[in-house]
Amino acid sequence: MAEKKLLSGNEAIARGAFEAGVTVGTGYPGTPSTEILESLTTYPGIYTEWSVNEKVAFEVAMGAALSGARCLLTMKHVGLNVAADPLFTASYTGIKGGLVLANADDPAMHSSQNEQDNRHYAYAAKVPMLEPSDCQEAKDFTVFAYNLSETYDTPVILRTVTRLSHSLGVVEIEESPSREREIEGFRRNLKKYVMIPGHARARHVVVEERMKRLEKDVNGFSINKMEIADSNIGFITSGIVDTYVREVFPDASVLKLGCVNPLPGEMIREFFGRVKKVSVVEELDPFIELRIRAMGLQVEGKKYYPVTGELTPDLVRKPFQGEAALTVKTAKKGLENRISLPPRPPSLCPGCPHREFFKIARKLGLIVTGDIGCYTLGVLPPYNAMDTCVEMGGSIGHAQGIEIAGGKPEGTGVVAVIGDSTFAHSGITGLLNAAYNGRRSLIVVLDNSTTAMTGMQPNPLSGQRINGEETVRLDYIKLALAFGMNEENVRIVDAYRPKEIEEALTSLLESKRLSLLVVQGLCIILKKRRRKAG
Amino acid sequence: MGNIFNILMVGVGGQGIIMASDIVSLTAMYGGRDVKKSEIHGMSQRGGSVFSHIRIGEKVHSPLIAAGEADILFSLEEMETLRWIGYANEKSIIICMKTRINPAMVEEYPAGIEEEIKRASPKACFIDPEPLRKEIGNAKFLNVALIGLLSGFVDFNEDCWEKAIREKVPEDTFEGNWNAFHTGKKLYREAFE
Ligand code: SF4
Repeated sequence: MAEKKLLSGNEAIARGAFEAGVTVGTGYPGTPSTEILESLTTYPGIYTEWSVNEKVAFEVAMGAALSGARCLLTMKHVGLNVAADPLFTASYTGIKGGLVLANADDPAMHSSQNEQDNRHYAYAAKVPMLEPSDCQEAKDFTVFAYNLSETYDTPVILRTVTRLSHSLGVVEIEESPSREREIEGFRRNLKKYVMIPGHARARHVVVEERMKRLEKDVNGFSINKMEIADSNIGFITSGIVDTYVREVFPDASVLKLGCVNPLPGEMIREFFGRVKKVSVVEELDPFIELRIRAMGLQVEGKKYYPVTGELTPDLVRKPFQGEAALTVKTAKKGLENRISLPPRPPSLCPGCPHREFFKIARKLGLIVTGDIGCYTLGVLPPYNAMDTCVEMGGSIGHAQGIEIAGGKPEGTGVVAVIGDSTFAHSGITGLLNAAYNGRRSLIVVLDNSTTAMTGMQPNPLSGQRINGEETVRLDYIKLALAFGMNEENVRIVDAYRPKEIEEALTSLLESKRLSLLVVQGLCIILKKRRRKAG
Repeated sequence: MGNIFNILMVGVGGQGIIMASDIVSLTAMYGGRDVKKSEIHGMSQRGGSVFSHIRIGEKVHSPLIAAGEADILFSLEEMETLRWIGYANEKSIIICMKTRINPAMVEEYPAGIEEEIKRASPKACFIDPEPLRKEIGNAKFLNVALIGLLSGFVDFNEDCWEKAIREKVPEDTFEGNWNAFHTGKKLYREAFE
């Protein structure tokens, strides 16, 4: 029996994983992927964790998959940069239990530091990639992905984008899916799971054969759909842009690719045989277009559309307006605003614990290497107190580089700023590097006891796990001591005591030794939430 | 586009746009229609400008409303009404709550906003939240009261609204919210019928 629910793309993926019998879910929070795992925790019979970073999340999921469990792994696009290392080799080892990586790209960078197109990862790592275009497909494709993963013994990437992850749609769900699956446990298989060069060489051949097999079979996958209507112009689409094409060109022929790696070559050739002119509509890079050109077919795409930002129905329509051979639905004329409005950028919440630190950092004229989290907003007015921000965990390394190059103006100090979750994610290794190499940098952890930017997920400095269970909380002082730092160079101060923060900052900077300053103050949104919950 | 009905809800992070748009979308589903909704969270939640597209029809493809295509522009803040006015056309219904929230770093609220909205759309409807708030007794129910007003423009039966509101508001506030919904409905009848 199917029941209808209104689910977001992310919730639909979690629902699909539940229906497919997933028993393990791991990930690292990151907009727009976060709600997938959060939603998975609401289902019974599934182990979930926020791992310290995406690489570890991948490794944990992979271990479970090698034991025969079906696993869901979630992260945002840039997270896959961190997890790329295990991904490429998991493609060699295979998985046993289905392993699906739900990976969310962020065209238009609504909340990201870059706009990378992760379809390239699927191609480079030689793993299948599916791309749903609405919430119903997000659920259906997830179920499909598990079968695909096990049939071909490979991880499968399910790619979504912000516009799908955070949209809501009607989804038909199985009311009581049968989740019974036998989990065999880990069985040793050295030639398959131990990737020393001798074994890996043989596995690479297997990977190539698997891709060949997939290239053939993909033409028969039900998730690829060809609809021939008008034979003058046809569009090749995938993912969310398919919905824009259908909206704007109601009578056009469409080849909708559910699988974007590998591409269904035979279907594509057939489509070319049935329509006169073919255009690819795709966001970001000309991924599909270039591969179709490589097949020796004449196709257009990026000639019409930008490689930056999101597409919209309006953008999809523009190049074809007035095209005689095509019905193009035109939009009504919008009303006009003649006065200029000040922008409304996001900012630190009133009363946020990070505010005092940034005020002081600016007052002292410090060079601040920054990182990813709420505190990134310290770069905006009124603080203007951040000088770099590149990737998770990057700030600590950047400060070291600046110190080594010695290029800082006389009298200015350099501090690296990082949040608690980010510190656990990949800051600790940076700190170890600084200790090991005798740096004198000052590292400041702005500890609000949560991963606030993505919606208050706990982390190894919160003392809680994903389900609220109590757990260890990393001890900064013991950690620093273990790295050989001096006890007096590790200080923990209250985020709401500006005098103490300033005093600690100046004296640690003066000490000219590697220092760690922890500025602690619970995120006030979390505080309010806890109060509400009692 | 076709027989699709488009509602654009806009406001400022923290005003409750997401929940309000969830209620409308759920109602549409309970009313047996296809519905898609799209918004952006993440950074924009920290006091930034927030918008939510809702599209209702027999079969909805894109979750995005094209510029000029909103049948209703529903706004919880004056300046935001104007920011998104390009999504409305001359036939669109514009409901604007007279609330002014300064963006971060802006000391003075820009002048002439209301006049410009009226110029662009002479039949835009402005709601003063104060009397409404007094009547419903709790500022927390204000959005649901506005949804009551909105319900006058879309044809769904009351059971669907009730089911959706019950699902989305905290259990112990349902009565208050449901009363607020009816206050809003009454406001619609007084002003538009
Ligand atoms: S969510 Fe928390 S940490 Fe982030 S800006 Fe608001 S108060 Fe600060």
